[in-house]
Amino acid sequence: MMTTLTKNPAARSDQRAVRSGRIRRGSLRRYGDLKIALFFIAPAMIGFVLFYVVPTIRGIYLSFTEYNILGDPEWVGLDNYAAIAKDPLFWNSLAVTGQYVLMNIVLQTALALGLALLMDRVAKSTLVRGALLLPYLMSNVIAALLWFWMLDYQIGIVNQFIEWAGLPRVAFFGSEEWAIPTQALINTWRHMGYTALLIFAGLQAIPQHLYEVAKLDGASPFQTFRKITMPLLRPVLVLVLVVTVIGSFQVFDTVAVTTQGGPVNATRVIQYYIYQRAFTESDFGYGSAIAVILFLILALVAFIQMKFLKGNESDLD
Amino acid sequence: MTTTTSRAPQPAAARRPATPRRRPFNARRAGAWVLLALAVAVSVLPFLWVFRTALSTNGALATQSASLLPADFTVGAFMRVFGLQSPADAVAEGGSGAAIDFWLYLRNSIVFSSITTAGAVFFSAMAAYAFARLRWKGRNAVFSLFLGTMLVPPIFTALPNFLLIKNLDLLNTMLGMVLPYVFMTPFAIFFLRQFFLNMSREVEEAAMLDGAKHLRIFFQIVLPNAAAPIATLALLTFIGQWNEYFWPLLVGSQDEVRVLQVGLGVFKSQSPQGAPDWSGLMAATLVSALPVLVLFAAFGKKIVNSIGFSGIK
Repeated sequence: MMTTLTKNPAARSDQRAVRSGRIRRGSLRRYGDLKIALFFIAPAMIGFVLFYVVPTIRGIYLSFTEYNILGDPEWVGLDNYAAIAKDPLFWNSLAVTGQYVLMNIVLQTALALGLALLMDRVAKSTLVRGALLLPYLMSNVIAALLWFWMLDYQIGIVNQFIEWAGLPRVAFFGSEEWAIPTQALINTWRHMGYTALLIFAGLQAIPQHLYEVAKLDGASPFQTFRKITMPLLRPVLVLVLVVTVIGSFQVFDTVAVTTQGGPVNATRVIQYYIYQRAFTESDFGYGSAIAVILFLILALVAFIQMKFLKGNESDLD
Repeated sequence: MTTTTSRAPQPAAARRPATPRRRPFNARRAGAWVLLALAVAVSVLPFLWVFRTALSTNGALATQSASLLPADFTVGAFMRVFGLQSPADAVAEGGSGAAIDFWLYLRNSIVFSSITTAGAVFFSAMAAYAFARLRWKGRNAVFSLFLGTMLVPPIFTALPNFLLIKNLDLLNTMLGMVLPYVFMTPFAIFFLRQFFLNMSREVEEAAMLDGAKHLRIFFQIVLPNAAAPIATLALLTFIGQWNEYFWPLLVGSQDEVRVLQVGLGVFKSQSPQGAPDWSGLMAATLVSALPVLVLFAAFGKKIVNSIGFSGIK
């Protein structure tokens, strides 16, 4: 999902293309290509129905059942949801995930914006961009293990530095107060460069003449940044936020290979809790119900971001 | 060796608003370079540290924990990871002695990523052609539905998909692992449709006047002309599949279909608790990263330029 950000602006431009295509083609060909279209679309359609549509419906259905894989799902109405509302582990997972998302997004977006502006100013070289992108190309598992080693309490290099600086060693993964910030830092490390590249692409798209006009008008650099760069970058920033927030809510891999929800419940994030309920405790109904709730939360978050940050409108038009 | 994850590049953000000055002050540019260099160091140096650790002996790591060179150089960790060390030797060097075979995981990862990439890219290209070039009723509605699937979180469909694969008796088979990915990815369809829409139609229309059918046009004109974006898409899809963890963890937990990412997790959990097998773990990490590093070395420019808005034009 590397370039998903192209979604919105592109959708607009293809509609235009479709429209013009239709006009051009109308004279050449008769109306329907339904038969041949069915042929071309058949494989994708099989995948779409079998692995997206049906599981979505089945997932919602399962959330109203009790199902432990053996036997058949048994309809229990809203029982799962009622139980979730009273489940302290669920609320804990929600709180933990919220902290993670907040720390990760604030840090990552601020760093990425800073890096993008620096790149835009002094270094557009592919080499620099490539180096910054490298962590993103590594899997979450690799990122997690790499930092698990570097942040080790006993002989990790980071704790060596901390000790040289005269500070007490930090149990990054082992202490309740550090476990979630550490997970957030790992994710920030992995995504910082990628996000910076996305924002950088947005900066490149701002027409140069606007800056020249601002210069002629005697705008200060800070004014230029506030009045030109930020407003024109907004649609990109909103899309970046929507994508990174949604991704960040679904944190699982780094937790699964390092802390596994602990210490105590400090890193039991939502997806890890779903995984445990469904696969460790064979409680598929309950797990599905939490997954439905996660789905709703994500839809709501995306909707709020798009609506209030007006991500789908550009100030350029 | 800069290893502070977060604090290092933060001044970048703090200094940011003041950067644009009409007269580019050289010290300012130098400062910007220093910050960028810091960010690059934070991104790249950890990999060198992993490499150094992988070539070290576990026993020496504790005493030479800050030496830049491998502590007591050995390739034993790599041998251990590939199952070439006898259990006794492995335990002597700080390994767990449990059987681990990264050759097998490497092969599984290559098979899994290649099949899903080839299938998803090809079938998505077919679908994208139908969405971009053919006229049929309901086309835009169906396309919107396909796009909508990008919004469904993977965990949500993972549970029912797991049940489906289980009901089909395909758990712990390569077929079960690739099925959900091999027919399409919404992103690939979107990406290629976008490109097809922007491609000139003239050649296709000429071919059509000559009586060429859609199949021929697709194979002989559209696919060759779209070779570059298809290559980029395949590259991105392959890396994404290579890094996939959750689904292979659910469906492919047994050795014969276990992929590298899952194998890494298992290796980590087998590592002795008191004194972890760090050099083995880092060697395994490096092996898992290597194919992507090679792809990146070969096609870095393509990958870097694909990030952002290059899909639009």
